[in-house]
Amino acid sequence: MEQKNKYSIIVPTYNERLNIALIVYLIFKHLRSRDVDFEIIVVDDGSPDGTQEVVKQLQKLYGEDHILLRPRPKKLGLGTAYIHGLKHASGNFVVIMDADLSHHPKYLPSFIKKQLETGASIVTGTRYSKGGGVHGWNLMRKLTSRGANVLAQTLLWPGVSDLTGSFRLYRKSVLEDVISSCVSKGYVFQMEMIVRASREGYHIEEVPITFVDRVFGSSKLGGSEIVEYLKGLVYLLVTT
Amino acid sequence: MKHVLKIFSLLVVISALWIGLLQASIIPQSHTWLLPIYFIVSLGCYGLLMVGVGLMRFPTCPQEALLLQQDIGEAKDFLKQRGVDVGSE
Repeated sequence: MEQKNKYSIIVPTYNERLNIALIVYLIFKHLRSRDVDFEIIVVDDGSPDGTQEVVKQLQKLYGEDHILLRPRPKKLGLGTAYIHGLKHASGNFVVIMDADLSHHPKYLPSFIKKQLETGASIVTGTRYSKGGGVHGWNLMRKLTSRGANVLAQTLLWPGVSDLTGSFRLYRKSVLEDVISSCVSKGYVFQMEMIVRASREGYHIEEVPITFVDRVFGSSKLGGSEIVEYLKGLVYLLVTT
Repeated sequence: MKHVLKIFSLLVVISALWIGLLQASIIPQSHTWLLPIYFIVSLGCYGLLMVGVGLMRFPTCPQEALLLQQDIGEAKDFLKQRGVDVGSE
């Protein structure tokens, strides 16, 4: 007897008043027509811009069984946002994605398909494989990304091509297992999750995704970020 | 086995090979002493090569930005009609 799969999509938000509406529309557009059972869990960290009001309007439109609003009082970090979302997830699979539309919901069917085909525990989106790509990065940004990737591959042998990506599908039990042992913050957290999962021997597959960076001109890669990254690498090297 | 132990054992094996070569004197000793340096330099060059090649072949997707704009327009139209605030931003 085939068990029906349900996908809980966790979207952490902070001041994503417009993007959350767009992303919900696009998720419905790409999943509803394919007869996929899903729910969207919005974990909002007390956004002052009215994000939660927009989510409530979306709930009226799409139904409260499809859109769950599970807010928190203030910015408490990404890792704990996932844990919080997990508590309310009723699906047997969990998708994590960014709210700012750098991750496009049109790839959700390919994540689901890949998992069904291979029986993988984790399907992670990669920006660096054929079929994937990035838009909105200047040369410097690409250089640091590529350099960071080569360094991480050499040191960690992670088995995935995109370590810092945060567009992933997890079997719920696997996510619960891996997340409980991760302690890092920010994008090192994403790296830690996938490296720990790899070490545990979980079956991980990749699908190419395109990433449109919408935070143009942000100072995301300053000197301190690089130091944090290197510290993260050493931490992962030694503890996984 | 912890990953760092894997790397450590690999280094131990390589070092053992190197010491073995020193003892056996198949290659003149003066060359053998320099082997670790050659190894590290090669590793560095390989790394730089990988970065360079990866940079040249970095996959980009300019058409995706356009597609995204279209999707955003479509979404805004749909939602505005149905009472969701997608106001000016």
